Amino acid sequence: MAGQSDSTMSLFSSEEIEFMAEDEMTEIVPNLRMDSLNFICGDYGPFLPQLAAQVPLWLALALKKRGKCTIRLPPWMSVENLTRVLEAERDSHAFQPLPFHYVEISRLLFDHAREDIPDMYMVRSLIEDIRDVRFHKVETNLEKFTASTVTWKNMSAMEVNVIRAFAGRALQAFYKHDNEQQTPDTDRAMDKQPQIPTDRPKRNLKPR
Amino acid sequence: MSPLLHRIDPFWRHFLFYFSYLPSRIECSVNILFLSITDFESKKKSKRFKSDQMATEESASVMDDYEMLISTTDVELLKRAWRNEKAAPEILQFESSLVQRIKEQIELAEQNEEIFEANNIEPLTVSLYQMDLDRTQFLLRSYLRVRLQKIEKYLFYVLKTDEYLNRLSKQEQMFARRCTDDLGSHLDETVLAKLPDNYRSILKQSITSEEDDMVPAPRLDTFVICKAKQYLSGLDFEPEYSMEITEMERDLLTFVCYKFVKKPLENGKIDLV
Repeated sequence: MAGQSDSTMSLFSSEEIEFMAEDEMTEIVPNLRMDSLNFICGDYGPFLPQLAAQVPLWLALALKKRGKCTIRLPPWMSVENLTRVLEAERDSHAFQPLPFHYVEISRLLFDHAREDIPDMYMVRSLIEDIRDVRFHKVETNLEKFTASTVTWKNMSAMEVNVIRAFAGRALQAFYKHDNEQQTPDTDRAMDKQPQIPTDRPKRNLKPR
Repeated sequence: MSPLLHRIDPFWRHFLFYFSYLPSRIECSVNILFLSITDFESKKKSKRFKSDQMATEESASVMDDYEMLISTTDVELLKRAWRNEKAAPEILQFESSLVQRIKEQIELAEQNEEIFEANNIEPLTVSLYQMDLDRTQFLLRSYLRVRLQKIEKYLFYVLKTDEYLNRLSKQEQMFARRCTDDLGSHLDETVLAKLPDNYRSILKQSITSEEDDMVPAPRLDTFVICKAKQYLSGLDFEPEYSMEITEMERDLLTFVCYKFVKKPLENGKIDLV
């Protein structure tokens, strides 16, 4: 995809997006006793064995890597839910509600918390399918937009980041030409609702 | 700050922590107490009393801010500032008090770390604190760096526009000035001095140009992706763009021209994504 090939064009690197995703809250079940942690980013704990606690994902992964906890799979990552989402995703043009960072969260959990995910392979392939369907939708959506503002419901961070550079420049060009020439592009006007008429006189293009 | 503070209830820790930066404020309120008991009527001191009163009002507003801050941590606020700064085409207002607070919290965390080491606290706990510290430091550094990059990019424009110059911190202004001087003298020495007289300006193409036409300005018609924190009606946007944008739904990702949403962004009603 256009924005994907050139990583320097995207505003946020994928590492930075992952960094943001790591602040999402996750439920863990610790297997150690630890006092509360008073971090700059907030207070968590105290932790008692077998007592579920809410912590940011980075903390959950840090504890997980040291074998100090198990991570509870977020409810949206259950096989039932993902199957439902995938079906709905295939049936409609709209994006289904998923966490803003669903790609990154699932990726991090696959990489570091395999044994905490029941039906790991099933979950993994479901998420990959959902991702593909959604990316395809993003691509087809790109063919359609024209207006000076474009809105998306439930689009995720990675999807936004992938199309940001390309779509941003395209929209900017549309906007620039709309305002400079005041001549609606006939190609584009065809598959869109009529543009808002402006008071200024329209200037026709010279015949070639 | 002692590690003992960590044993105190988080709310009070925050509170103490916050006020420990404002020793002057506390002193002021103590002064007021003292004044009201002793020489309340003394003319000589009445002037001073007035200024102290202003100080309490000020600290009241600080408390209001605090109420707002208690729901979101400084790290969350810094993350928001960092994201906005990265996504916006122009340089935004420097978050001086936020950066100040974060810096102090980082310092405190660094001190705590030394104390942990001295007290033989569990290595696991220490390393978790270290991770938290690293994440905050990364955010702060990245925030400052993004701003420096923007200043470098629009160097001459920032310096000649008061509005932009006022958005910079003192250090950033110093950086901008030194950078301009260096860049200016470098260009002079290498190229400009060797050109005919008419073409020696850094800012203009030639002396016949009326405006500074060699100064790149931030492009405010860049498209950005934003998300409104609340429903925005037409009143939240600049009247001159009322044709283009009339409302914005809450939490809906919108691809929009930066200048349309400049006002709600400055008012903190939307976030760039």
